[in-house]
Amino acid sequence: MRQLTVISGKGGTGKTTLTGAFAALAEGAVIADCDVDAPDLHLILHPEIKEEKKFSGMKLASINHEKCINCRKCYENCKFDAITDDLRVNELKCEGCGVCVYVCPVNAVEFKERDSGILYISETRFGPMVHARLNIGEETSGKLVSLVRSTAREIAEKRKKDLIIIDGSPGIGCPVIASLTDSDLALIVTEPTLSGLHDLKRVYDVSKHFGIKTMVCINKYDINRENSEKIEKFCMENGIEIAGEIPYDPDFTKAMIEEKTIIEYNDNPLVREIWEKIKEVMQSLS
Amino acid sequence: MIIAVASGKGGTGKTTVAVNLALSIDAVLLDCDVEEPNCNIFLKKDLKDIEDVTLDVPVINFKKCNFCGKCSEFCEYNALAVTKENVLVFKELCHGCGGCKLVCPEDAITYEKRKIGEVAGDGSFYQGKLNIGEAMATPVVSAVKKKIDRRKDTVIDAPPGASCPVIESVSKSDYCILVTEPTPFGLSDLRIAVEVLEKLGIPYGIVINRDGIGNEKVEEYCKENNIPILMKIPYERKIAELYSRGVPFTLEMPEWKERFRKLYEAIR
Repeated sequence: MRQLTVISGKGGTGKTTLTGAFAALAEGAVIADCDVDAPDLHLILHPEIKEEKKFSGMKLASINHEKCINCRKCYENCKFDAITDDLRVNELKCEGCGVCVYVCPVNAVEFKERDSGILYISETRFGPMVHARLNIGEETSGKLVSLVRSTAREIAEKRKKDLIIIDGSPGIGCPVIASLTDSDLALIVTEPTLSGLHDLKRVYDVSKHFGIKTMVCINKYDINRENSEKIEKFCMENGIEIAGEIPYDPDFTKAMIEEKTIIEYNDNPLVREIWEKIKEVMQSLS
Repeated sequence: MIIAVASGKGGTGKTTVAVNLALSIDAVLLDCDVEEPNCNIFLKKDLKDIEDVTLDVPVINFKKCNFCGKCSEFCEYNALAVTKENVLVFKELCHGCGGCKLVCPEDAITYEKRKIGEVAGDGSFYQGKLNIGEAMATPVVSAVKKKIDRRKDTVIDAPPGASCPVIESVSKSDYCILVTEPTPFGLSDLRIAVEVLEKLGIPYGIVINRDGIGNEKVEEYCKENNIPILMKIPYERKIAELYSRGVPFTLEMPEWKERFRKLYEAIR
C-alpha cells in the first residue's frame, strides 16, 4: 500500500485542487482530508457520509465552585494561563494536562472528556473518503489528523485498495507532521512567489527530517518566471524531482465554482501528466 | 489598538493585508504565523534582537528514580514511558505542564529548557519562528504576543486555520480583519473563521482579496449576516506580481495607502 501526502507550507497554493484531481485519476484510492482545521476537499468531492464518530482529544478541567475553597493552587500551578483570576477554566486555553486536578486539595476540579470534533467515513464518486471537522480552537489537530490517517489505512486494508491520497494542511507544525507519518511520497505544491519559495524550503526540511521522499509541483509558474527558476534551482540542488509546472489558469477557479475536479471540468492534460509521473515514482519506491 | 488579521483558509492574503496596513498606519507588526512567517520577506529587516522560545521538559535523576511509573501514568501527552529500569522522555510530545515533577514521590525530576523556536525583532516588527520538526506552535505565538505594547497600534498576522495557534494569535485583539477570496473554498473557510471570532467575542470585518476571480457568494454571505466588507482588493496582475517579488503593493501604488488608512479609521 502506498500513501501520498500533498502539502505546501504556504496556504492557498493549490493542494486541495490537485488532491481532488488525483482522486479522480487514481481510480479507487482511499482519499483522506487531513486539513481538519479548514477542510475544503468535500466541496468538490461531495462525500456521502456513511459513518460519524465523535472525537475526543484532550480532556478538559472544570472547577466546581461549591467545593472550591479559593486556595488558588490551580491558578498558581497552571502553565497555560488557563485558570482565570476568578478561578474559572478558560476552555480555549486548557491543554488538559490534569495538574489542577492533582493539586486541588478538596477535589473541586473535575476532569472530563472533551468533545473535540467529528470523524466522517464517507463514499465519493471516486472511492471511499475519510475526513473530519475539528471544533473551533481545539488543540489536538495532530491527534485528529492521525485518526483520519489511520482510519483511511484501515479502510484501504479492508477494501484492498493500494493507495491513500492525503490532502494536508498548510504550515509545518503538528497537523502537517501528523499527516506526513507513514507517507511514501510527499508532494509539495508551491507557487513562484518569494513567500512560496520560503515556505517550500521550510516544509521540505520537515519532510527531509522525517526521511520522506519528496516531489515538487510549481503552480501558476508563469506569474513570475524568475522565481520559478529559483524554485527549479532549489529543487535541482537538493535532488528533488519536479512533478510538473502548471500555468495560471482561471479554469481551476471555474472548476471549483462548479464544485468539480479539474479533470471533470476540462480533463486538464498537464494535471494528468503530473499524476502519471507521481504514479511512476511511487511504483519505483521499494 | 490591536488589530489581528486572520483567514481560515491559507493563501488568501493575510500577510499582504497585515504588512500593507501596518505600513500605512505606522503600526507595530507582529508575525504570529510562526510555522511559515512571511512578513519579513516584504519588510526585509535585519532582525538583531533574537530570543529563544523554550519549553521545560523533564530530566530524570536516575540516582533517585525507583521506576514507580507515576510520572508516565500522569502524563496526558504520552511523553514519558517507564520500564523496569529506564525512563524514556519523548521531548517532542511534552507540553511542559510540570505535572510529572509534581507527582514524582522521589523528587527525581528536574526540568531543562528545550528550544522550540525563536522570536526576532527590532521594536517596530517582531516575528516568531518554529523550529523544523517541532509540532507545537502555540508557545512561540505566545512569546511573540508578549511584545505587544498597548500604547502603540499593533497589527498581528495570524496563521491560517482555526485551532489553537490561531486562537492564541487573535485573542485579546480589539478587532479582527478576516481576509478571504471570492471562491467556494474561501467562503467555506471564512464561515469557520467567523465562528472563531463569534466564540471569542471579537468584532470583525472582511477584506475580499482577488476580487473578481470567482463568484458573488462571499458578498451575499456577508450581507445576509451583516458582516461589514471593509475593502476589496481586485485581482490585478500588478498586485500579484509585486507580491511575488516581496514588495508591499502600497509602496508602488500609493493610492492604496490612503485606502488602508480609511479602513483603519472605519474600524477604530
